[in-house]
Amino acid sequence: MNEHADHHMAAPGIRRSKAKAVNDPEHRELYKKREPIYPKLVHGKFRFAKWIILALTLGVYYFVPFLRWPRGLDSPDQAVLIDFAGRRFYFFWIEIWPQEIYFVTGLLIMAALALFLASALFGRVWCGYACPQTVWTDLFIAVERIFEGDRNARIKLDRAPWSFNKAWRKIGKHVIWLIIAAATGGAWILYFHDAFDVLSHFFTGGSPMSAYLFFGILTFTTYTLAGTMREQVCIYMCPWPRIQAAMTDMEALNVAYRVDRGEPRGPHKKADTWDGRGDCIDCKACVAACPMGIDIRQGSQLECIQCALCIDACDDIMKKVDRPTGLIAYETDENIHRGQIGEPPRYKLIRPRVIFYAAALAIVSAVMLVALTSRTVLDLNIQRDRNPNFVQLADGSVRNGYTLTVINKTHDPQTYRLEIEGDVPVSVRLLNGDSTDTIDLPVAPVSTRDFRVFLTIPPEAITRPGETLEFRIIAESGDVATARGVLQTGAER
Amino acid sequence: MSDRPEIDEETGTETTGHEWDGIKELDTPLPRWWLYVFYACVAYSVIYMILMPAWPALPGFQGFTPGLVGNSERANVAVAMSDLQDSRSEFYARLDGASISDIQADDDLFNFTLAAGRSAFGDNCATCHGSGAQGANGYPNLNDDVWLWGGTYDDIHTTLEYGIRAEHPDTRFSQMPAYGRDELLTRTEIRELRDFVVRISGGSAFDAAAASRGAAIFDMQCTSCHGANGQGDQTQGAPNLTDREWLYGGSPEQIEASIYRGPAGVMPAWDERLDNATIAALSTYVFSLGGGVEADTAENGAGGQ
Repeated sequence: MNEHADHHMAAPGIRRSKAKAVNDPEHRELYKKREPIYPKLVHGKFRFAKWIILALTLGVYYFVPFLRWPRGLDSPDQAVLIDFAGRRFYFFWIEIWPQEIYFVTGLLIMAALALFLASALFGRVWCGYACPQTVWTDLFIAVERIFEGDRNARIKLDRAPWSFNKAWRKIGKHVIWLIIAAATGGAWILYFHDAFDVLSHFFTGGSPMSAYLFFGILTFTTYTLAGTMREQVCIYMCPWPRIQAAMTDMEALNVAYRVDRGEPRGPHKKADTWDGRGDCIDCKACVAACPMGIDIRQGSQLECIQCALCIDACDDIMKKVDRPTGLIAYETDENIHRGQIGEPPRYKLIRPRVIFYAAALAIVSAVMLVALTSRTVLDLNIQRDRNPNFVQLADGSVRNGYTLTVINKTHDPQTYRLEIEGDVPVSVRLLNGDSTDTIDLPVAPVSTRDFRVFLTIPPEAITRPGETLEFRIIAESGDVATARGVLQTGAER
Repeated sequence: MSDRPEIDEETGTETTGHEWDGIKELDTPLPRWWLYVFYACVAYSVIYMILMPAWPALPGFQGFTPGLVGNSERANVAVAMSDLQDSRSEFYARLDGASISDIQADDDLFNFTLAAGRSAFGDNCATCHGSGAQGANGYPNLNDDVWLWGGTYDDIHTTLEYGIRAEHPDTRFSQMPAYGRDELLTRTEIRELRDFVVRISGGSAFDAAAASRGAAIFDMQCTSCHGANGQGDQTQGAPNLTDREWLYGGSPEQIEASIYRGPAGVMPAWDERLDNATIAALSTYVFSLGGGVEADTAENGAGGQ
């Protein structure tokens, strides 16, 4: 073994990677052109988990618009559809009307609380596994690897002069990237209009303008953000890394280099003892694998998305040098500190912030669930005329006018019977209605209709300024909706 | 001070050289991609200024540079307004000459008509009748069931078209004499008449003897219009004096004043100011405020006030 070769070896059989952490504070210079990062492919349980999650999330994203859910003649049969023109949000058996937008708000609050909870327990698992930026970047890097090879081959290709070989690899990569980006933008618009309908008209120019606009925007952003900007999005554009600092604490599991075990680091020769030195052989496999271009051994930093690929890379090396795996692992700052002072690790998953986030999540989830299950298919709102407040008639009786808004959320035409209940006798008249004994309110399927109703109180019944009445509409099926209203009599208090 | 910029030890970044109470400002450069976005914005704004109206008050350009694509917000509004009119024209065409039963039969047309009527009412009628059509002293409340000239759809339509005591050959016309001002009755007779009217309208503030004397005067002077029992006559616009509603006030003083001066309110004729469709919309709106009288029940004297 000559001296030159020795310089490149971290341990027998393990070449030291020339990887440089381009995004560590020392090397990061903002005006400088973005330094390309060539993440090396790793194998291991986290890489495997990421492939599975990538397949699942992308599969859901591309496939869900094609799911059908029959709802009846008057409604679209797409299982998940955000119908802006029809002002409905369809999610399988749930139909959200505009006035029920709080369900969406609740869903977003739950998502935020779940993100906080996950952050308090396991650090940036969202960033590392499920964030679209991470998933699509991962996919784009995989495509890049197919065309240009792994890390070293890619570096070599970039440095090589232009040739046919370089050209077809580069062009092929960008073509596939563009196709993926277009499919991403294409799938996005399927959530806003009927998927099959959009597909059959999209290529002939027959889709709505908004479809082409959002197709263009999402194709462009997917291509640039996942293809060319990658880690720049997480470092400069995304607010979450900053917020994350407030979400985590000493007891949260984060992807961390166990400095207590690794230091002092240095190359290891076969005959050398492991006593008095750390397990890190400074092979930089973790740096070479990092898609963010940082060195995890410098501690937790906001650039780290905690994708855990450095864990796989390091575990691989540790097996080769016959040391225990987990030199880089999900570990708490507290335990690393305890390791340094020679105390055994201790995990405290149940902490005040974890309890708080979990409780808040449980409460919001319960509230939303109750609201969702107690959701009615029939709704009544009443609004009393205030200009004029009341009308005195020739015989001294007093009339109030009301606008009744009746919402029929069923998929059948309905006729509701109106009943008014109160302490005083009132006569009811429906504007433009048939003069029958009962007041019938017909409403078309899944629609809202306003009715004008006049209530008249005879002069002998007027004893106080206002009478509280209960308005009740009863469906043929027996469903009932009620609303309280006041009848102003004009009497002095 | 040295010429060389100071380098911050912690970050390795240059400082601006500014210092306040020991706090130094880092001259952190922008990311390169951010600069590109900035340059793109500059380029965009230049293109925008060429294409769109941009620079004000340049000579020879009607006050501003019009831009190559000729965009004008004023023209856009005009187009939007005309599109709106077009979208309404179908309904307006159907309203012209429609009867109330035609309008009521079609929910869409009815709702459109109410909305159009509400809007036209605000523009033309609210000044006198109030924004809620609740009326005022001398200006009838259109919500109630009291109608001087009839409350069927056709009656309301006729009143709107030709007005009352308006400058129109077909206008509705009647005249309550000014008994006091024109010295047709003495003040004493007017007060006796007042007491009688208070009595028949169900009031209590009257002198019984005076009211009896007033009854004779009523028979002589008033029954030809207001009817033998004071129940009024809609063909002459003569109000019912026995109900609870008073256009000019129902206190004894106000009734006396009305007899003295003979009120003669004016409702303008609208047939030359508004098109047929708008008058139909207004008629439907007023009819639907709650006091409208169905044509078949009007004969039975239900609205006979």
